Amino acid sequence: MKTLARLGPAMVVGGAISAALFGMALVSLVWTPYAPSAIDIAHRLASPSATHWLGTDPLGRDVFSMLMAGARNSLAVAVLAVVIGMGVGVPLGLFAAARGGIIDDFLMRAADLVFSFPALLTAVVITALAGPGARNAMLAIGIFNVPVFARLTRGTARAVGARGFVIAAKVFGRGDLAISRAHILPNIAAPLVVQASIQFALAILAEAGLSYVGLGTQPPAPSWGRMLNDAQTYIFAAPRLAIFPGLAIMLAVLGLNLLGDGLRDWLDPRLQRPPADPAP
Amino acid sequence: MLRFLAGRLLALALTLLAAAALIFLVLEVLPGDPAALILGVNARPDTLATLHHQLGLDRPAALRFPLWIFGLLRGDFGESYTYHAPVAGLIADRVMVSLPLALLALALSTTLAIPVGVFAAARRRRIGDTLAMAVAQLGVAVPNFWLGLLLILLFAVKLAWLPASGFGGWSGGIWHGLRSLILPALALALPQAAILARVTRSAVLETLGEDYLRTALAKGLSRNAALWRHAVPNALIPVFTILGLQFSFLLAGTIIIENVFTLPGLGRLIFQAIAGRDLIVVQDLVVLLAGSVIVVNFAVDIAYVLVDPRLRQSGPR
Repeated sequence: MKTLARLGPAMVVGGAISAALFGMALVSLVWTPYAPSAIDIAHRLASPSATHWLGTDPLGRDVFSMLMAGARNSLAVAVLAVVIGMGVGVPLGLFAAARGGIIDDFLMRAADLVFSFPALLTAVVITALAGPGARNAMLAIGIFNVPVFARLTRGTARAVGARGFVIAAKVFGRGDLAISRAHILPNIAAPLVVQASIQFALAILAEAGLSYVGLGTQPPAPSWGRMLNDAQTYIFAAPRLAIFPGLAIMLAVLGLNLLGDGLRDWLDPRLQRPPADPAP
Repeated sequence: MLRFLAGRLLALALTLLAAAALIFLVLEVLPGDPAALILGVNARPDTLATLHHQLGLDRPAALRFPLWIFGLLRGDFGESYTYHAPVAGLIADRVMVSLPLALLALALSTTLAIPVGVFAAARRRRIGDTLAMAVAQLGVAVPNFWLGLLLILLFAVKLAWLPASGFGGWSGGIWHGLRSLILPALALALPQAAILARVTRSAVLETLGEDYLRTALAKGLSRNAALWRHAVPNALIPVFTILGLQFSFLLAGTIIIENVFTLPGLGRLIFQAIAGRDLIVVQDLVVLLAGSVIVVNFAVDIAYVLVDPRLRQSGPR
Protein backbone atom coordinates (compact mmCIF):
# COMPACT_ATOMS: atom_id res chain seq x y z
CA MET A 1 0.00 0.00 0.00
CA LYS A 2 2.88 2.29 0.80
CA THR A 3 4.34 1.69 -2.66
CA LEU A 4 1.02 2.50 -4.33
CA ALA A 5 0.84 5.79 -2.45
CA ARG A 6 4.40 6.59 -3.45
CA LEU A 7 3.53 6.09 -7.10
CA GLY A 8 1.64 9.37 -6.96
CA PRO A 9 -1.71 10.37 -8.46
CA ALA A 10 -0.33 11.04 -11.97
CA MET A 11 1.00 7.51 -12.21
CA VAL A 12 -2.18 5.93 -10.86
CA VAL A 13 -4.57 7.92 -13.07
CA GLY A 14 -2.31 7.76 -16.11
CA GLY A 15 -1.70 4.06 -15.61
CA ALA A 16 -5.42 3.39 -15.27
CA ILE A 17 -6.31 5.31 -18.45
CA SER A 18 -3.48 3.66 -20.39
CA ALA A 19 -4.48 0.22 -19.13
CA ALA A 20 -8.10 0.87 -20.12
CA LEU A 21 -6.93 1.97 -23.56
CA PHE A 22 -4.83 -1.13 -24.11
CA GLY A 23 -7.60 -3.27 -22.66
CA MET A 24 -10.11 -1.78 -25.10
CA ALA A 25 -7.75 -2.37 -28.02
CA LEU A 26 -7.12 -5.98 -26.96
CA VAL A 27 -10.79 -6.75 -26.37
CA SER A 28 -11.61 -5.32 -29.81
CA LEU A 29 -9.54 -8.13 -31.30
CA VAL A 30 -12.05 -10.70 -30.12
CA TRP A 31 -15.21 -8.74 -29.37
CA THR A 32 -16.94 -5.48 -30.28
CA PRO A 33 -20.66 -4.84 -29.71
CA TYR A 34 -21.15 -4.78 -33.52
CA ALA A 35 -18.75 -5.47 -36.37
CA PRO A 36 -17.01 -2.07 -36.65
CA SER A 37 -17.50 -1.84 -40.41
CA ALA A 38 -21.00 -3.37 -40.56
CA ILE A 39 -23.21 -0.95 -42.49
CA ASP A 40 -26.84 -0.65 -41.35
CA ILE A 41 -28.52 2.13 -43.31
CA ALA A 42 -31.88 1.53 -41.58
CA HIS A 43 -30.36 2.73 -38.29
CA ARG A 44 -28.14 5.49 -39.59
CA LEU A 45 -27.33 8.50 -37.38
CA ALA A 46 -29.08 6.88 -34.41
CA SER A 47 -28.70 8.69 -31.09
CA PRO A 48 -26.93 6.98 -28.20
CA SER A 49 -29.18 4.31 -26.70
CA ALA A 50 -29.06 0.93 -25.00
CA THR A 51 -28.57 -0.82 -28.34
CA HIS A 52 -25.98 1.61 -29.70
CA TRP A 53 -24.13 3.05 -26.70
CA LEU A 54 -22.66 5.99 -28.58
CA GLY A 55 -25.12 5.97 -31.48
CA THR A 56 -24.38 5.25 -35.13
CA ASP A 57 -22.69 7.14 -37.96
CA PRO A 58 -24.15 8.17 -41.36
CA LEU A 59 -23.70 4.61 -42.63
CA GLY A 60 -25.32 3.09 -39.55
CA ARG A 61 -22.03 1.77 -38.17
CA ASP A 62 -21.85 1.49 -34.39
CA VAL A 63 -19.69 4.36 -33.08
CA PHE A 64 -18.56 2.56 -29.93
CA SER A 65 -17.41 -0.48 -31.92
CA MET A 66 -15.54 1.82 -34.30
CA LEU A 67 -13.86 3.57 -31.37
CA MET A 68 -12.73 0.23 -29.96
CA ALA A 69 -11.30 -0.92 -33.27
CA GLY A 70 -9.83 2.56 -33.79
CA ALA A 71 -7.96 2.25 -30.51
CA ARG A 72 -6.34 -0.90 -31.84
CA ASN A 73 -5.19 0.79 -35.06
CA SER A 74 -4.02 3.91 -33.28
CA LEU A 75 -2.05 1.95 -30.71
CA ALA A 76 -0.54 -0.39 -33.29
CA VAL A 77 0.80 2.52 -35.34
CA ALA A 78 2.03 4.37 -32.25
CA VAL A 79 3.70 1.34 -30.67
CA LEU A 80 5.55 0.49 -33.86
CA ALA A 81 6.55 4.12 -34.44
CA VAL A 82 8.13 4.20 -30.97
CA VAL A 83 9.74 0.79 -31.53
CA ILE A 84 11.32 2.10 -34.74
CA GLY A 85 12.51 5.23 -32.94
CA MET A 86 14.03 3.29 -30.06
CA GLY A 87 15.30 0.42 -32.19
CA VAL A 88 17.34 2.74 -34.37
CA GLY A 89 17.86 5.71 -32.07
CA VAL A 90 19.12 3.96 -28.94
CA PRO A 91 21.92 1.99 -30.69
CA LEU A 92 22.91 5.13 -32.61
CA GLY A 93 23.03 7.14 -29.39
CA LEU A 94 25.07 4.46 -27.60
CA PHE A 95 27.43 4.28 -30.56
CA ALA A 96 27.87 8.06 -30.66
CA ALA A 97 28.51 8.18 -26.91
CA ALA A 98 30.99 5.29 -26.99
CA ARG A 99 33.00 6.54 -29.95
CA GLY A 100 32.77 10.28 -29.45
CA GLY A 101 34.82 12.52 -31.76
CA ILE A 102 33.86 12.94 -35.35
CA ILE A 103 31.27 10.12 -35.42
CA ASP A 104 29.51 11.68 -32.46
CA ASP A 105 29.58 15.13 -34.10
CA PHE A 106 28.27 13.79 -37.37
CA LEU A 107 25.41 11.83 -35.80
CA MET A 108 24.30 14.72 -33.62
CA ARG A 109 24.42 17.19 -36.54
CA ALA A 110 22.29 14.73 -38.51
CA ALA A 111 19.83 14.59 -35.62
CA ASP A 112 19.69 18.40 -35.56
CA LEU A 113 18.99 18.40 -39.26
CA VAL A 114 16.07 15.98 -38.97
CA PHE A 115 14.72 18.10 -36.10
CA SER A 116 14.64 21.15 -38.34
CA PHE A 117 11.90 19.62 -40.46
CA PRO A 118 8.41 20.13 -39.07
CA ALA A 119 7.63 16.49 -38.30
CA LEU A 120 3.98 16.50 -39.25
CA LEU A 121 4.62 18.31 -42.53
CA THR A 122 7.28 15.81 -43.51
CA ALA A 123 5.12 12.90 -42.45
CA VAL A 124 2.35 14.30 -44.66
CA VAL A 125 4.71 14.55 -47.64
CA ILE A 126 6.21 11.10 -47.11
CA THR A 127 2.90 9.28 -46.66
CA ALA A 128 1.25 11.18 -49.49
CA LEU A 129 4.02 10.37 -51.96
CA ALA A 130 4.95 6.89 -50.77
CA GLY A 131 1.30 5.91 -50.59
CA PRO A 132 -1.21 6.55 -47.78
CA GLY A 133 -1.74 3.80 -45.23
CA ALA A 134 -1.01 2.69 -41.71
CA ARG A 135 2.37 1.17 -42.60
CA ASN A 136 3.80 4.32 -44.18
CA ALA A 137 2.28 6.50 -41.48
CA MET A 138 4.04 4.38 -38.89
CA LEU A 139 7.36 4.68 -40.75
CA ALA A 140 6.99 8.43 -41.26
CA ILE A 141 6.24 8.99 -37.55
CA GLY A 142 8.95 6.53 -36.53
CA ILE A 143 11.65 8.36 -38.48
CA PHE A 144 11.14 11.43 -36.33
CA ASN A 145 11.43 9.40 -33.16
CA VAL A 146 14.92 8.27 -34.14
CA PRO A 147 16.76 11.55 -33.40
CA VAL A 148 14.74 12.01 -30.20
CA PHE A 149 15.99 8.72 -28.78
CA ALA A 150 19.46 9.05 -30.31
CA ARG A 151 20.01 12.40 -28.59
CA LEU A 152 18.59 11.33 -25.26
CA THR A 153 20.58 8.08 -25.27
CA ARG A 154 23.78 9.84 -26.22
CA GLY A 155 23.40 12.52 -23.55
CA THR A 156 22.53 10.17 -20.71
CA ALA A 157 25.04 7.53 -21.85
CA ARG A 158 27.86 10.07 -21.77
CA ALA A 159 26.93 11.07 -18.25
CA VAL A 160 26.92 7.42 -17.13
CA GLY A 161 30.09 6.74 -19.11
CA ALA A 162 32.04 9.18 -16.97
CA ARG A 163 31.20 7.28 -13.79
CA GLY A 164 33.62 5.06 -11.92
CA PHE A 165 32.16 1.67 -12.69
CA VAL A 166 32.27 2.28 -16.45
CA ILE A 167 35.85 3.52 -16.27
CA ALA A 168 36.70 0.44 -14.18
CA ALA A 169 35.14 -1.80 -16.83
CA LYS A 170 37.22 -0.04 -19.47
CA VAL A 171 40.36 -0.52 -17.42
CA PHE A 172 39.57 -4.21 -17.26
CA GLY A 173 39.55 -4.24 -21.03
CA ARG A 174 35.88 -4.74 -21.79
CA GLY A 175 34.82 -3.60 -25.25
CA ASP A 176 32.47 -0.73 -26.09
CA LEU A 177 29.65 -3.05 -27.02
CA ALA A 178 29.86 -5.07 -23.82
CA ILE A 179 30.10 -1.95 -21.67
CA SER A 180 27.16 -0.33 -23.45
CA ARG A 181 25.03 -3.40 -22.95
CA ALA A 182 26.03 -4.42 -19.45
CA HIS A 183 26.67 -1.09 -17.74
CA ILE A 184 25.27 1.85 -19.67
CA LEU A 185 21.94 0.61 -20.98
CA PRO A 186 20.57 -0.52 -17.60
CA ASN A 187 21.52 2.84 -16.12
CA ILE A 188 19.81 4.93 -18.76
CA ALA A 189 16.69 2.78 -19.04
CA ALA A 190 14.61 5.05 -16.79
CA PRO A 191 14.76 8.23 -18.91
CA LEU A 192 14.28 6.13 -22.03
CA VAL A 193 11.08 4.61 -20.64
CA VAL A 194 9.77 8.05 -19.69
CA GLN A 195 10.60 9.43 -23.15
CA ALA A 196 8.95 6.41 -24.76
CA SER A 197 5.66 7.17 -23.05
CA ILE A 198 5.83 10.81 -24.22
CA GLN A 199 6.70 9.84 -27.81
CA PHE A 200 3.94 7.30 -27.67
CA ALA A 201 1.41 10.01 -26.87
CA LEU A 202 2.81 12.23 -29.62
CA ALA A 203 2.63 9.34 -32.09
CA ILE A 204 -1.06 8.87 -31.31
CA LEU A 205 -1.64 12.57 -32.03
CA ALA A 206 0.38 12.34 -35.25
CA GLU A 207 -1.43 9.23 -36.43
CA ALA A 208 -4.78 10.87 -35.75
CA GLY A 209 -3.68 13.95 -37.71
CA LEU A 210 -2.50 11.90 -40.67
CA SER A 211 -5.67 9.80 -40.67
CA TYR A 212 -7.75 12.97 -40.43
CA VAL A 213 -6.27 14.23 -43.70
CA GLY A 214 -6.73 10.78 -45.23
CA LEU A 215 -3.09 9.67 -45.20
CA GLY A 216 -3.06 7.28 -42.22
CA THR A 217 -5.13 4.19 -41.61
CA GLN A 218 -7.26 3.51 -44.68
CA PRO A 219 -10.92 2.51 -44.72
CA PRO A 220 -12.65 0.23 -43.99
CA ALA A 221 -10.29 -0.09 -40.98
CA PRO A 222 -11.72 2.39 -38.46
CA SER A 223 -9.46 5.10 -37.09
CA TRP A 224 -10.08 7.98 -34.75
CA GLY A 225 -8.68 10.61 -37.10
CA ARG A 226 -10.74 9.43 -40.05
CA MET A 227 -13.88 9.30 -37.90
CA LEU A 228 -13.33 12.98 -37.14
CA ASN A 229 -12.95 13.74 -40.82
CA ASP A 230 -16.18 11.90 -41.61
CA ALA A 231 -17.90 13.70 -38.75
CA GLN A 232 -17.03 17.10 -40.19
CA THR A 233 -19.41 16.53 -43.11
CA TYR A 234 -22.24 15.99 -40.61
CA ILE A 235 -21.21 18.66 -38.16
CA PHE A 236 -24.58 20.40 -38.48
CA ALA A 237 -26.75 17.26 -38.47
CA ALA A 238 -24.91 15.14 -35.89
CA PRO A 239 -22.33 17.16 -33.94
CA ARG A 240 -21.89 14.32 -31.41
CA LEU A 241 -20.03 12.35 -34.09
CA ALA A 242 -17.26 14.93 -33.82
CA ILE A 243 -17.13 14.66 -30.02
CA PHE A 244 -16.47 10.99 -29.24
CA PRO A 245 -13.39 10.24 -31.42
CA GLY A 246 -11.76 13.47 -30.26
CA LEU A 247 -12.45 12.58 -26.64
CA ALA A 248 -10.88 9.17 -27.25
CA ILE A 249 -7.71 10.74 -28.67
CA MET A 250 -7.54 13.28 -25.86
CA LEU A 251 -8.00 10.65 -23.15
CA ALA A 252 -5.38 8.38 -24.71
CA VAL A 253 -2.82 11.17 -24.95
CA LEU A 254 -3.68 12.48 -21.49
CA GLY A 255 -3.33 9.02 -19.96
CA LEU A 256 0.04 8.40 -21.58
CA ASN A 257 1.34 11.85 -20.64
CA LEU A 258 0.28 11.37 -17.03
CA LEU A 259 1.88 7.94 -17.04
CA GLY A 260 5.08 9.53 -18.35
CA ASP A 261 5.00 12.23 -15.66
CA GLY A 262 4.32 9.63 -13.01
CA LEU A 263 7.07 7.34 -14.23
CA ARG A 264 9.55 10.20 -14.27
CA ASP A 265 8.77 11.21 -10.71
CA TRP A 266 8.92 7.61 -9.62
CA LEU A 267 12.12 6.68 -11.43
CA ASP A 268 13.94 9.97 -10.93
CA PRO A 269 16.43 9.55 -8.12
CA ARG A 270 16.07 13.23 -7.33
CA LEU A 271 12.53 12.48 -6.19
CA GLN A 272 13.21 14.04 -2.81
CA ARG A 273 13.28 17.41 -4.53
CA PRO A 274 9.88 18.92 -5.32
CA PRO A 275 9.10 17.59 -8.81
CA ALA A 276 9.89 20.13 -11.50
CA ASP A 277 7.59 20.49 -14.44
CA PRO A 278 8.58 18.74 -17.66
CA ALA A 279 9.70 20.34 -20.87
CA PRO A 280 7.44 19.29 -23.75
CA MET B 1 31.53 38.70 -31.35
CA LEU B 2 31.86 39.31 -35.08
CA ARG B 3 33.86 36.13 -35.52
CA PHE B 4 31.27 34.25 -33.57
CA LEU B 5 28.49 35.63 -35.76
CA ALA B 6 30.37 34.79 -38.96
CA GLY B 7 30.88 31.23 -37.75
CA ARG B 8 27.22 30.86 -36.88
CA LEU B 9 26.17 32.28 -40.25
CA LEU B 10 28.38 29.78 -42.06
CA ALA B 11 26.87 26.97 -40.01
CA LEU B 12 23.41 28.31 -40.86
CA ALA B 13 24.17 28.30 -44.60
CA LEU B 14 25.52 24.75 -44.41
CA THR B 15 22.47 23.57 -42.46
CA LEU B 16 20.13 25.10 -45.01
CA LEU B 17 22.05 23.44 -47.83
CA ALA B 18 22.02 20.09 -46.06
CA ALA B 19 18.27 20.41 -45.46
CA ALA B 20 17.68 21.16 -49.15
CA ALA B 21 19.85 18.18 -50.13
CA LEU B 22 17.91 15.93 -47.78
CA ILE B 23 14.55 16.98 -49.25
CA PHE B 24 15.84 16.56 -52.77
CA LEU B 25 17.17 13.11 -51.93
CA VAL B 26 13.97 11.94 -50.23
CA LEU B 27 11.84 13.07 -53.18
CA GLU B 28 14.27 11.32 -55.56
CA VAL B 29 14.11 8.08 -53.60
CA LEU B 30 10.35 7.96 -53.06
CA PRO B 31 8.70 5.73 -55.65
CA GLY B 32 6.65 7.04 -58.54
CA ASP B 33 7.60 8.79 -61.77
CA PRO B 34 5.72 12.11 -61.70
CA ALA B 35 5.38 12.19 -65.47
CA ALA B 36 3.86 8.70 -65.52
CA LEU B 37 1.48 9.66 -62.71
CA ILE B 38 0.41 12.84 -64.45
CA LEU B 39 -0.25 11.13 -67.78
CA GLY B 40 -1.73 7.89 -66.46
CA VAL B 41 -0.96 4.28 -67.31
CA ASN B 42 -1.89 4.50 -71.00
CA ALA B 43 0.60 7.25 -71.87
CA ARG B 44 2.55 6.77 -75.09
CA PRO B 45 6.31 6.58 -74.65
CA ASP B 46 6.92 9.69 -76.77
CA THR B 47 4.46 11.89 -74.82
CA LEU B 48 6.08 10.57 -71.67
CA ALA B 49 9.50 11.55 -72.99
CA THR B 50 8.25 15.01 -73.94
CA LEU B 51 6.83 15.58 -70.47
CA HIS B 52 10.05 14.31 -68.93
CA HIS B 53 11.86 16.93 -70.95
CA GLN B 54 9.38 19.65 -69.95
CA LEU B 55 9.73 18.76 -66.29
CA GLY B 56 13.49 18.64 -66.66
CA LEU B 57 13.50 15.04 -65.49
CA ASP B 58 15.62 13.88 -68.42
CA ARG B 59 18.60 15.59 -66.83
CA PRO B 60 20.60 13.73 -64.18
CA ALA B 61 19.82 14.43 -60.53
CA ALA B 62 23.38 15.61 -59.96
CA LEU B 63 22.67 18.48 -62.36
CA ARG B 64 19.10 19.19 -61.27
CA PHE B 65 20.05 19.72 -57.64
CA PRO B 66 22.53 22.58 -58.17
CA LEU B 67 20.22 24.12 -60.78
CA TRP B 68 17.39 24.07 -58.24
CA ILE B 69 19.57 25.56 -55.49
CA PHE B 70 20.90 28.37 -57.68
CA GLY B 71 17.37 29.05 -58.83
CA LEU B 72 16.20 29.33 -55.21
CA LEU B 73 19.03 31.74 -54.46
CA ARG B 74 17.92 33.95 -57.34
CA GLY B 75 14.30 33.76 -56.16
CA ASP B 76 13.39 31.47 -59.07
CA PHE B 77 11.39 28.64 -57.52
CA GLY B 78 10.68 26.97 -60.83
CA GLU B 79 7.44 26.57 -62.72
CA SER B 80 4.46 24.60 -61.44
CA TYR B 81 3.28 21.96 -63.86
CA THR B 82 -0.32 21.85 -62.65
CA TYR B 83 -0.84 25.61 -62.27
CA HIS B 84 1.28 26.64 -65.29
CA ALA B 85 2.62 29.46 -63.14
CA PRO B 86 5.85 30.34 -61.33
CA VAL B 87 5.95 28.62 -57.94
CA ALA B 88 7.20 31.80 -56.27
CA GLY B 89 3.94 33.54 -57.15
CA LEU B 90 1.81 30.62 -55.94
CA ILE B 91 3.65 30.61 -52.64
CA ALA B 92 3.47 34.38 -52.27
CA ASP B 93 -0.34 34.27 -52.58
CA ARG B 94 -0.72 31.55 -49.95
CA VAL B 95 1.80 33.01 -47.53
CA MET B 96 -0.67 35.85 -47.07
CA VAL B 97 -2.95 33.33 -45.36
CA SER B 98 -0.54 30.97 -43.60
CA LEU B 99 1.87 33.51 -42.16
CA PRO B 100 -0.77 35.74 -40.53
CA LEU B 101 -2.38 32.56 -39.21
CA ALA B 102 0.85 31.25 -37.67
CA LEU B 103 1.76 34.68 -36.26
CA LEU B 104 -1.69 35.22 -34.81
CA ALA B 105 -1.50 31.78 -33.19
CA LEU B 106 1.96 32.52 -31.83
CA ALA B 107 0.78 35.85 -30.40
CA LEU B 108 -2.31 34.28 -28.82
CA SER B 109 -0.36 31.41 -27.34
CA THR B 110 2.34 33.67 -25.87
CA THR B 111 0.03 36.27 -24.37
CA LEU B 112 -2.01 33.53 -22.77
CA ALA B 113 0.73 31.18 -21.65
CA ILE B 114 3.33 33.45 -20.05
CA PRO B 115 1.00 35.16 -17.54
CA VAL B 116 -0.60 31.82 -16.67
CA GLY B 117 2.79 30.18 -16.22
CA VAL B 118 4.12 32.99 -14.01
CA PHE B 119 0.91 33.03 -12.01
CA ALA B 120 1.05 29.27 -11.46
CA ALA B 121 4.70 29.43 -10.38
CA ALA B 122 4.01 32.27 -7.96
CA ARG B 123 1.22 30.31 -6.30
CA ARG B 124 2.90 26.96 -6.43
CA ARG B 125 0.94 24.07 -4.94
CA ARG B 126 -2.04 26.27 -4.26
CA ILE B 127 -5.43 25.90 -5.84
CA GLY B 128 -4.77 28.37 -8.69
CA ASP B 129 -1.61 26.53 -9.69
CA THR B 130 -3.22 23.11 -9.50
CA LEU B 131 -6.18 24.23 -11.60
CA ALA B 132 -4.05 25.99 -14.21
CA MET B 133 -1.76 23.00 -14.54
CA ALA B 134 -4.68 20.56 -14.77
CA VAL B 135 -6.11 22.61 -17.63
CA ALA B 136 -2.66 22.72 -19.24
CA GLN B 137 -2.32 18.95 -18.90
CA LEU B 138 -5.62 18.59 -20.76
CA GLY B 139 -4.62 21.19 -23.33
CA VAL B 140 -1.45 19.32 -24.22
CA ALA B 141 -3.54 16.24 -24.99
CA VAL B 142 -6.05 17.93 -27.31
CA PRO B 143 -5.41 17.42 -31.04
CA ASN B 144 -5.58 20.86 -32.64
CA PHE B 145 -7.76 19.71 -35.53
CA TRP B 146 -10.34 18.38 -33.08
CA LEU B 147 -10.23 21.64 -31.16
CA GLY B 148 -10.85 23.30 -34.53
CA LEU B 149 -13.97 21.18 -34.99
CA LEU B 150 -15.19 22.02 -31.48
CA LEU B 151 -14.62 25.73 -32.11
CA ILE B 152 -16.59 25.45 -35.36
CA LEU B 153 -19.38 23.72 -33.43
CA LEU B 154 -19.51 26.45 -30.80
CA PHE B 155 -18.74 29.70 -32.62
CA ALA B 156 -19.94 28.92 -36.14
CA VAL B 157 -22.77 26.41 -35.72
CA LYS B 158 -24.29 27.34 -32.34
CA LEU B 159 -23.49 31.03 -32.00
CA ALA B 160 -22.94 31.90 -35.69
CA TRP B 161 -20.39 34.57 -34.72
CA LEU B 162 -17.60 33.54 -37.03
CA PRO B 163 -17.40 31.67 -40.34
CA ALA B 164 -17.00 27.87 -40.19
CA SER B 165 -14.68 27.73 -43.16
CA GLY B 166 -13.23 29.60 -46.09
CA PHE B 167 -11.25 32.80 -46.26
CA GLY B 168 -12.66 36.22 -47.05
CA GLY B 169 -9.41 37.65 -48.38
CA TRP B 170 -7.64 40.83 -47.35
CA SER B 171 -9.10 43.06 -50.06
CA GLY B 172 -12.23 43.75 -48.01
CA GLY B 173 -10.22 45.18 -45.11
CA ILE B 174 -8.24 43.72 -42.23
CA TRP B 175 -11.25 42.52 -40.25
CA HIS B 176 -12.69 40.80 -43.31
CA GLY B 177 -9.60 38.59 -43.57
CA LEU B 178 -8.92 38.34 -39.87
CA ARG B 179 -12.32 36.98 -38.87
CA SER B 180 -11.71 33.84 -40.92
CA LEU B 181 -8.41 33.33 -39.13
CA ILE B 182 -9.55 33.71 -35.51
CA LEU B 183 -10.94 30.20 -35.01
CA PRO B 184 -8.06 28.41 -36.78
CA ALA B 185 -5.54 30.51 -34.86
CA LEU B 186 -7.23 29.62 -31.57
CA ALA B 187 -7.24 25.94 -32.49
CA LEU B 188 -3.52 26.14 -33.17
CA ALA B 189 -2.67 28.36 -30.23
CA LEU B 190 -4.42 26.71 -27.29
CA PRO B 191 -2.53 23.37 -27.27
CA GLN B 192 0.73 25.26 -27.78
CA ALA B 193 -0.19 27.66 -24.97
CA ALA B 194 -0.68 24.67 -22.67
CA ILE B 195 2.88 23.50 -23.34
CA LEU B 196 4.29 27.00 -23.06
CA ALA B 197 2.51 27.67 -19.76
CA ARG B 198 4.05 24.52 -18.28
CA VAL B 199 7.52 25.48 -19.48
CA THR B 200 7.12 29.02 -18.16
CA ARG B 201 5.99 27.73 -14.79
CA SER B 202 8.92 25.38 -14.37
CA ALA B 203 11.40 27.98 -15.63
CA VAL B 204 10.12 30.55 -13.15
CA LEU B 205 10.15 27.96 -10.36
CA GLU B 206 13.76 27.23 -11.22
CA THR B 207 14.78 30.91 -10.93
CA LEU B 208 12.73 31.32 -7.75
CA GLY B 209 15.17 28.90 -6.11
CA GLU B 210 18.28 30.88 -7.13
CA ASP B 211 20.54 32.68 -4.68
CA TYR B 212 20.11 36.08 -6.30
CA LEU B 213 16.41 35.88 -5.64
CA ARG B 214 16.96 35.12 -1.98
CA THR B 215 19.34 38.08 -1.90
CA ALA B 216 16.73 40.32 -3.50
CA LEU B 217 14.14 39.23 -0.95
CA ALA B 218 16.62 39.62 1.91
CA LYS B 219 17.33 43.17 0.80
CA GLY B 220 13.66 43.87 1.34
CA LEU B 221 12.23 43.66 -2.17
CA SER B 222 8.57 42.70 -2.16
CA ARG B 223 7.65 39.23 -3.40
CA ASN B 224 5.98 40.64 -6.48
CA ALA B 225 8.83 42.96 -7.38
CA ALA B 226 11.33 40.13 -6.96
CA LEU B 227 9.16 37.91 -9.14
CA TRP B 228 8.75 40.35 -12.02
CA ARG B 229 12.12 42.10 -11.88
CA HIS B 230 14.39 39.12 -11.22
CA ALA B 231 12.71 35.75 -11.57
CA VAL B 232 10.69 36.30 -14.76
CA PRO B 233 13.38 37.93 -16.96
CA ASN B 234 15.82 35.17 -16.08
CA ALA B 235 13.21 32.51 -16.76
CA LEU B 236 12.54 33.76 -20.27
CA ILE B 237 15.51 31.99 -21.87
CA PRO B 238 14.03 28.48 -21.82
CA VAL B 239 10.69 30.03 -22.71
CA PHE B 240 12.17 31.54 -25.86
CA THR B 241 13.77 28.23 -26.83
CA ILE B 242 10.36 26.61 -26.68
CA LEU B 243 8.84 29.52 -28.61
CA GLY B 244 11.38 28.92 -31.37
CA LEU B 245 10.52 25.23 -31.43
CA GLN B 246 6.81 26.02 -31.37
CA PHE B 247 7.17 27.97 -34.56
CA SER B 248 7.90 24.65 -36.24
CA PHE B 249 4.82 23.06 -34.67
CA LEU B 250 2.69 26.00 -35.73
CA LEU B 251 3.89 25.80 -39.32
CA ALA B 252 3.21 22.08 -39.49
CA GLY B 253 -0.06 22.66 -37.64
CA THR B 254 -1.29 25.15 -40.23
CA ILE B 255 -1.06 22.34 -42.80
CA ILE B 256 -3.71 20.31 -40.97
CA ILE B 257 -5.72 23.25 -39.64
CA GLU B 258 -6.05 24.80 -43.08
CA ASN B 259 -7.74 21.55 -44.07
CA VAL B 260 -10.19 21.80 -41.18
CA PHE B 261 -11.17 25.36 -42.07
CA THR B 262 -10.60 25.07 -45.85
CA LEU B 263 -8.24 28.04 -45.86
CA PRO B 264 -6.32 28.67 -49.08
CA GLY B 265 -2.87 28.66 -47.47
CA LEU B 266 0.41 26.83 -47.89
CA GLY B 267 -1.08 23.67 -46.39
CA ARG B 268 -3.79 23.48 -49.03
CA LEU B 269 -1.22 24.19 -51.72
CA ILE B 270 0.98 21.34 -50.57
CA PHE B 271 -1.93 18.89 -50.58
CA GLN B 272 -3.00 19.99 -54.05
CA ALA B 273 0.57 19.78 -55.28
CA ILE B 274 0.99 16.29 -53.86
CA ALA B 275 -2.29 15.16 -55.42
CA GLY B 276 -1.15 16.48 -58.82
CA ARG B 277 2.38 15.10 -58.30
CA ASP B 278 3.64 18.65 -58.83
CA LEU B 279 6.93 17.77 -57.19
CA ILE B 280 8.70 21.07 -57.72
CA VAL B 281 5.99 22.79 -55.66
CA VAL B 282 6.27 20.16 -52.90
CA GLN B 283 10.04 20.45 -52.92
CA ASP B 284 9.98 24.25 -52.75
CA LEU B 285 7.37 24.31 -49.99
CA VAL B 286 9.15 21.81 -47.77
CA VAL B 287 12.49 23.59 -48.17
CA LEU B 288 10.81 26.89 -47.46
CA LEU B 289 9.11 25.64 -44.29
CA ALA B 290 12.15 23.72 -43.04
CA GLY B 291 14.32 26.71 -43.94
CA SER B 292 12.16 29.10 -41.94
CA VAL B 293 12.34 26.75 -38.94
CA ILE B 294 16.13 26.67 -39.21
CA VAL B 295 16.34 30.46 -39.55
CA VAL B 296 13.97 31.07 -36.63
CA ASN B 297 15.95 28.76 -34.35
CA PHE B 298 19.15 30.44 -35.49
CA ALA B 299 17.65 33.82 -34.64
CA VAL B 300 16.63 32.53 -31.20
CA ASP B 301 20.17 31.28 -30.59
CA ILE B 302 21.65 34.64 -31.57
CA ALA B 303 19.08 36.48 -29.49
CA TYR B 304 20.22 34.54 -26.41
CA VAL B 305 23.77 35.66 -26.86
CA LEU B 306 22.65 39.24 -27.26
CA VAL B 307 20.42 39.02 -24.18
CA ASP B 308 22.64 36.92 -21.97
CA PRO B 309 26.32 37.90 -21.96
CA ARG B 310 27.18 34.75 -20.01
CA LEU B 311 26.65 32.68 -23.17
CA ARG B 312 29.16 34.72 -25.14
CA GLN B 313 32.27 33.28 -23.51
CA SER B 314 31.26 29.67 -23.90
CA GLY B 315 30.56 30.22 -27.59
CA PRO B 316 28.24 28.02 -29.58
CA ARG B 317 26.92 25.02 -27.76
